[in-house]
Amino acid sequence: MTSNGVASWRRISDRIDGFDLSPSDSEEVHVLAVDDSFVDRKVIERLLTSLQLIVDGELFQFLGLDEEKNANSFDGLKVDLIITDYCMPGMTGYELLKKIKESSTFREIPVVIMSSENILARIDRCLEEGAEDFIVKPVKLSDVRRIKDYMTKDVKLGNEGSGGNKRKIRETSDLSSSPPSTLSSLPSSLPSSPPSSPLQSMSPSPSQSIFSSSAPCSPSSTFDSPTRRLKMTLFD
Amino acid sequence: MDNVIQLQKKLVDYKTSLFNEGILDDQFTQLQQLQDESNPDFVVEVVSLFFKDSERLFDELTKTLDQQNIDFNRLDAHVHQLKGSSSSIGAQRVQRVCILFRNYCEGRNIEECLKCLQQLKREYYFVKNKLETLFKLEKQIMEAGGTIPVQ
Repeated sequence: MTSNGVASWRRISDRIDGFDLSPSDSEEVHVLAVDDSFVDRKVIERLLTSLQLIVDGELFQFLGLDEEKNANSFDGLKVDLIITDYCMPGMTGYELLKKIKESSTFREIPVVIMSSENILARIDRCLEEGAEDFIVKPVKLSDVRRIKDYMTKDVKLGNEGSGGNKRKIRETSDLSSSPPSTLSSLPSSLPSSPPSSPLQSMSPSPSQSIFSSSAPCSPSSTFDSPTRRLKMTLFD
Repeated sequence: MDNVIQLQKKLVDYKTSLFNEGILDDQFTQLQQLQDESNPDFVVEVVSLFFKDSERLFDELTKTLDQQNIDFNRLDAHVHQLKGSSSSIGAQRVQRVCILFRNYCEGRNIEECLKCLQQLKREYYFVKNKLETLFKLEKQIMEAGGTIPVQ
């Protein structure tokens, strides 16, 4: 794993238990994981790779303010799922979700939010904004399996020719800039273009984190409910 | 091979006591289940990250509490991080002190926050010691040619 959390492994499709992704072995499933905690990133990464999903590094490098400038660096990068922490310095997972849904390039990518706090209002808000699911930390294998399930469905639908996989960035109608290729061989590491986003670093280095006076993740009443998630949007 | 069997039993007993005493919780078991031949050091790696991260956070907490005007939001943000990582590795007692600590941050209670920091450090070094002993035992078993028993 590189210092900024970029990691990718080639998936061996015939080792996946229970589901047949596609006839083409080169079809790889890429997950972008965003979390300011080194510990959590390592755990998420291992959880996902244990299910044969490829984990890429930090989204923030690419989701800068200048979308047009960054869109070019995405040629060839395919993202099938974004999983993000809620409480992060500088930008919450909710804010990231909004940015993604506002972006013509990224809005079709399913987003899952994780949070250590089981707050109904927070969960509702995220689901309403378009998050596919909400996981209460600590993340367990059962949580990740659930995510994998609905990702599988989506890819299968795409392969049945029902209009194409909505998650692929190569949907040219959605792009304002040059069309990327996605089914060609994927880069083994992400492009090293310097981050243009003000959120330069997602590492928990204190000098770079931003503490706002009304922190969105400041203490609030949490529910005692043992339920780990309350709603799950279904694919139609 | 007798030695291996003895060591394996020692390990199982030790691990069981850690769970029984609430030092570790189910999340630690989750991590162990993620360890396999292709990721043989996964647990040690995650725990090492936790140690490094925690010690950095203790420095930050100490610094923040040392200020003339304590920034309780900043304090809370650090404790929140520690709560998260301790929860992710199953260090239950550390996590619980973090929850308490956050309540005192919210209440802006300097006295109690200072006490919490001390308590946090105690719990942290306690679990660190336990985990290091655990890893040592595992290493001994491997070196003696045995395998780590799966609970």
